[in-house]
Amino acid sequence: VYLVEKQPFIGGKMAQLDTTFPYLDKTSEMLVPRMQMAAENENITIFSSSEVIELTGYIGNFKAVIVQKPRSVDETKCNGCGECWNKCPVEVRSEFDHGLRTRKAIYVTSSEAIPHIPAIDREHCKFFTEGSCHACADVCPTKAIDFQQTEKEIEVDAGTCVIATGYDTFEPSAVSQLGWGRLDNVLTSPEFERILADNGPTSGKIVMKNGNTPKSIVIAHCVGSRDQNYYPYCSRVCCMYSLKYARLIKQRLGPDTAVYQMYIDMRCFGKGHEEFYQQACDDGVQFIRGKIGQVTDIAQTEDEKGRLIAVAEDTMLGTMIRVPTDMVVLSVAMKPREDSPSVARTFLLGRSADGFYLERHPKLDPVGTMVDGVFSVGCCQGPKDIADTIAQATGAAARALALISRGKVQMEPVVASVDEDVCAGCGCCEAVCAYRAVEIDAGTRLAKVNEAVCKGCGACAVNCPSKAMQLKNFSPGQFIDVIDEATRDYAELAE
Amino acid sequence: MSEPNAVAPFQDAIDIIKEEGGEICKLCYQCGTCTATCPWNLVRSFMVRKTIHQSQLGLPDFESDDMWLCVTCKWCVDRCPRGVEIIDVWRSLRRAIVEMGIGNAPDALRISSKNIAATGNPQGEDRSKRPAWAPEAGVEPFKKGMDVLYFNCCYNSYDPKLVRVARATASVLKKTGINFGILGEEQSCCGESVREAGSEELFQSLVQANTEALTGAGATTILVSSPHCYHTFLNEYPDFKGKFEIVHTTQYLARLIKEGKLTFNKEIKRRVTVHDSCYLGRHNNVYDEPRFVLQSIPGVELVEMANYGKDSLCCGGGGGRIWQETKKGERFSDMRIQQAIDAGANVLATACPYCTANFDDSVISMDKSNILEVREITELVAEAL
Repeated sequence: VYLVEKQPFIGGKMAQLDTTFPYLDKTSEMLVPRMQMAAENENITIFSSSEVIELTGYIGNFKAVIVQKPRSVDETKCNGCGECWNKCPVEVRSEFDHGLRTRKAIYVTSSEAIPHIPAIDREHCKFFTEGSCHACADVCPTKAIDFQQTEKEIEVDAGTCVIATGYDTFEPSAVSQLGWGRLDNVLTSPEFERILADNGPTSGKIVMKNGNTPKSIVIAHCVGSRDQNYYPYCSRVCCMYSLKYARLIKQRLGPDTAVYQMYIDMRCFGKGHEEFYQQACDDGVQFIRGKIGQVTDIAQTEDEKGRLIAVAEDTMLGTMIRVPTDMVVLSVAMKPREDSPSVARTFLLGRSADGFYLERHPKLDPVGTMVDGVFSVGCCQGPKDIADTIAQATGAAARALALISRGKVQMEPVVASVDEDVCAGCGCCEAVCAYRAVEIDAGTRLAKVNEAVCKGCGACAVNCPSKAMQLKNFSPGQFIDVIDEATRDYAELAE
Repeated sequence: MSEPNAVAPFQDAIDIIKEEGGEICKLCYQCGTCTATCPWNLVRSFMVRKTIHQSQLGLPDFESDDMWLCVTCKWCVDRCPRGVEIIDVWRSLRRAIVEMGIGNAPDALRISSKNIAATGNPQGEDRSKRPAWAPEAGVEPFKKGMDVLYFNCCYNSYDPKLVRVARATASVLKKTGINFGILGEEQSCCGESVREAGSEELFQSLVQANTEALTGAGATTILVSSPHCYHTFLNEYPDFKGKFEIVHTTQYLARLIKEGKLTFNKEIKRRVTVHDSCYLGRHNNVYDEPRFVLQSIPGVELVEMANYGKDSLCCGGGGGRIWQETKKGERFSDMRIQQAIDAGANVLATACPYCTANFDDSVISMDKSNILEVREITELVAEAL
């Protein structure tokens, strides 16, 4: 198994979370052992800082071209001691912590990062920007720093591919009325996850920007989700992680800390989810049905002075409500990754209207794609929680294993075939094939069909000017016969 | 036993709302964003969401004041997560009242509609008086072949305070050598506001009258002072697309400046803040031109108010509210004057006759005319030439 990870470290977005719903298990307890197992398993090769840039071939015979960016640290020598990042003089915004703290130009994301080998961020490292600094190389006890590393291109053979590229989160600066980026202590949910995390900037202590403990926190649901102006779909996990926040706040700051959920509809449909909702009610979490219209710091009463005020219509009371609070957490939408169009092109994946990858069949084949042997799982094909993602991943792994252990695949009988005596090699078929199943053979200059890739859609046959391309077992002649047979009674009647 | 306070959905009213163009209310999922966005809730209670839900079930209270509050400022529509055209829903409710006689329209609205029907302007002034301001300003009736037909709003034609805007526009056009004229008595109210107030039939007759008059005159470019004329000509008059070029004065001035046809000789050393009118801004996305024109005037320092651009605060004059009295303490224009003062401006620049009229009133009733001046942008341009 080749594991190709775009970031320098594996674990994805889950590694940034502190706790999971609905049982409040620590994410790290589930994730870290599995990341270690993957790293230590001799049958798994991890390509970090890597991307697949080209995929050719077909089910059972794929060839993937992987580009690996230089880590600038020799993985065979580094022992992960940390001397280098302690010495590095460059402070950079930490993407892993969403800018809530800085990291160095040579860094690991956290103490649990896998591989536990630092990477040099060449955009910011002074050796690469100014050519001056080599502090890390000076202190490295194993002489592992390697500024000379270059980008590598690796080609691997694979029988199947599993796409698990994940999602991005919505940055709500466009929703100006919520004040994110303008008002202190208005945080997005990914930012608040880092505040909650033991390995985060506050070591899991819930504090405001000035270091004080908040006495009240408002959680705003559906920021960007279920909204025609941004993302019309429901992001599915926000209700539950919002409840998770509420319960963790109550646990860590005590029952006197006020927590308000400002929601449109509570969607707690999974196993144990409704119970979790009830537990949150039991914890004393307040639920206000109404979408926040504005977060402001302009006070109207004594109690509001120096605080944030969440303004909404409480649609249950049928009145406007102003909630004075110290912190506002915006539960932001999950959206398709920015690179999803290019990944889709590489793997020939379809995308649905919302931009996520398209399943082969929404009910009957939820992990398959239109390309045989390529599967897509998790949030790259739509928002879902960890449990659903793992269910899909397990399914795709089983499908891949089944294919490999069987060693052969059954093809559909209807595929394109070329009458080589007629074919002029014009390439009209190649131009319209969505599956890259037809190409003009470099030697014969005639069209050649790869039957393992062909889906029998017939586009090439329709586009062939000389009718050399036909669908096997599905030719126009056969069709006329079928129609004649089916309409024979009527034909006789007409006569 | 039946529940004494229970209601039942009322299909007839559902059908009427649908017929009058408010069917889109069915998309609403009751999040309350509209209520929380609506500027009325800064000064009084107005449960927009509740009326939308009542409309879904055919149970709106046609007798309620709420029917006449909506200023059609479009703030809620722009933020609605479900794409509900809330203004269309309100218009449908008002049509049901005005045209089908369900409930009563406020007296002020009835009088304005009657005036428009009789004389072509809401003030009820004689048609012959519409061009009364023109001779003194040296403005002639439009003749075929002229560059521009200046379609002046009823307010800028008849209102003794606002006619200054018409004079300023004329003087700028004359100084830049633009060949222009006016329709004069032939012109009728554009009908935008009366339509929002529910009088669809009257609006349609105004569409016909103006279309005939403008086509007959042989106009190609129509210059308007009012964003309400601009909006309805551009988006609601069915035969105008492709036939006439509709330009608002701020757009036209910006164009003249960019083409080098308009140069300023005088300085205006003032701190100016610009009020984005709903119908130029949110309705038609014109935000840059007014600022560009003001910034081109030497000496002008531009400052922004707390609410500007797509989050601008309505003056309170849209949707037929211009003809109705709004109680002191509930006037958006008063809040806006305060915002302008808080922004440190000494001039509040406008580009809409309704806004100008409302701010003129507010600045006097709040006794702030010594620190804040309300000026239409064209006036400032005329002054700086």
